Amino acid sequence: MHALIFIKQVPDASQVRVNYETGTLIREGVPAILNPFEAHAVEEAVRLREKIGGKVSVLTMGPPQATDALKECLSMGADNAYLLSDRVFAGSDTLATSYALYEGARKIIELEGDVDLFFAGKQAIDGDTAQTGPGIATRFDIPLVTYLIKLDEVNIGKKYAIATRLTEFGQETVKTPLPAFFTVEETLNELSYAPLPWLIKAAQTEIKRLSSENVALDKNQCGLKHSPTKVKKAFTPEKRQRGETLKGTCNDLAKQTSEILLPFVK
Amino acid sequence: MIDIGKKDPDKTHYKDIWVFVEQTNGEPQQVSFELLTKARELAEKLNCKIAAVSIGKSVEHIAEEAFKYGADKFYIIEDEVFSDYRTEPFRDALSRILIKYKPEIFLIGATTQGRDLSGTVATELKTGLTADTTQQEIDSETGNLMMTRPTFGGSLMATIICPDDRPQMSTVRPGVFKAIPKETPQKGEVIRETIDIKEEDIVKKILKKVVSNEGNINLSFYDVIVAGGKGMGSKENFKMLENLADLLGGTWAGSRKAVELGYVPQSRQVGQTGQTVHPKLYIACGISGAIQHLVGMQSSDIIISVNKDENAPIFDVSTYCIVEDALKFIPKLIDELKQNKKINTQ
Repeated sequence: MHALIFIKQVPDASQVRVNYETGTLIREGVPAILNPFEAHAVEEAVRLREKIGGKVSVLTMGPPQATDALKECLSMGADNAYLLSDRVFAGSDTLATSYALYEGARKIIELEGDVDLFFAGKQAIDGDTAQTGPGIATRFDIPLVTYLIKLDEVNIGKKYAIATRLTEFGQETVKTPLPAFFTVEETLNELSYAPLPWLIKAAQTEIKRLSSENVALDKNQCGLKHSPTKVKKAFTPEKRQRGETLKGTCNDLAKQTSEILLPFVK
Repeated sequence: MIDIGKKDPDKTHYKDIWVFVEQTNGEPQQVSFELLTKARELAEKLNCKIAAVSIGKSVEHIAEEAFKYGADKFYIIEDEVFSDYRTEPFRDALSRILIKYKPEIFLIGATTQGRDLSGTVATELKTGLTADTTQQEIDSETGNLMMTRPTFGGSLMATIICPDDRPQMSTVRPGVFKAIPKETPQKGEVIRETIDIKEEDIVKKILKKVVSNEGNINLSFYDVIVAGGKGMGSKENFKMLENLADLLGGTWAGSRKAVELGYVPQSRQVGQTGQTVHPKLYIACGISGAIQHLVGMQSSDIIISVNKDENAPIFDVSTYCIVEDALKFIPKLIDELKQNKKINTQ
């Protein structure tokens, strides 16, 4: 079994502050973290490897600092970590990003062998677009299973998986041939603590680097210039103001509130 | 994959606004009509037509509603293979019809299905896709669609354009725009498209469907969310929030703290590591309002907060602040609402 997880290092969105004077984000001192959804993808792949054998590779596209997120994946039990980093990717939108990651993944397949299961988080907590995973799956033309909450069965010999995903109205269980692409929910599993030997191994594992030098890239599909979407402007939303404080006894408060709620009562 | 055709690279050949009408078992999603309503406003600026498109086993009956909300034409693809939503056949069918008819703008609801589908279709069409837009306007100089969306958990708004590629694609979350029927609806044209996809060509099979949200709930489908935090004190006390939510036709949820304490399942967690919601009404009970929680709910229309501590950060984003113990207040509120209801139904 070979699993490849696409991960992203993101600023901890909860710690990003807005400077309302200048209308910009204050990102200094904001820690960069592994996108929480992808931590669960790594966890799932590592558990699968412990059960049926094989290996787990992780890939990210980003600046050199993104190695921290890769190291975290290694300490969670991933076997190989790849950093795809190049200036040509600067300013990539989701279409250009899925292209770059697709080419990076093809290189990993060349180096490490065929991949049976591709994973990514259901979305990244900074951009929240949920587009990159489906984009990569489409480029590989393999089945896509989004919002994964349970990997019921994986059969590498017979090349299929049974998986349960969230839908609008509940859940559905699908059978898909492998290779397939899964985007995962946090409820997929509970993160576990890595045993010490993994941590030691992780510290000794080198992060492998990919760039336009060793990956065949069509530069006409990379970076800001070749991204169909552009940011025209960014601005801070109006800050919410503290509203009315209701006054009176608990009974009074309940009365006033029930009047406010009147339009909602079914 | 079936042959979806070759995309016309000349952007001047693209015109009209198309809206994807999502349906499940023939039941259309309200967000589709919200998008058609918005499309009317955009079409007026662009002086163009509006088309709706739907894919399913049987969708023709949706035509009347599509016309009522603004569609001039309703394109349908009906086939047994589209009985249930599956990414690949829907992607191929939709990509092909978009390549064939070349709309300038294509809008999809940012539902679970819409998000699954839009990313794959945009990749097929090699065009830009802007997710979860909350504002859409036409740039009067260029005619481009300006799509504004929140990012960084709502801390920053970004206006995105897709100047050179067509169609300009965008998803919009349910409830962001209002669905308003046309005053004088006109009967449009239903255009039936066929596509040759056979069941044996589709590799993904649905084995089982569970139509119950317990355990895994999509909070964003509710107009009213009653959420509780540490201040609720116990799992049992969440029953009152459930009762309150029932009275208001909503659902209940919790903060991360409440999840950690075992009061609420993780599937009902609101916040950075849970779900982001923007209902019409959010009632926060015994939630202090850590920033991780606020980023998940602060764009709700009305926020009512109940907390003993008058300095709780939750009040800084609240429309109405109630400084009181939620455990005392909520039962009283429920009594009041029940009484009002009785009076109204008598």
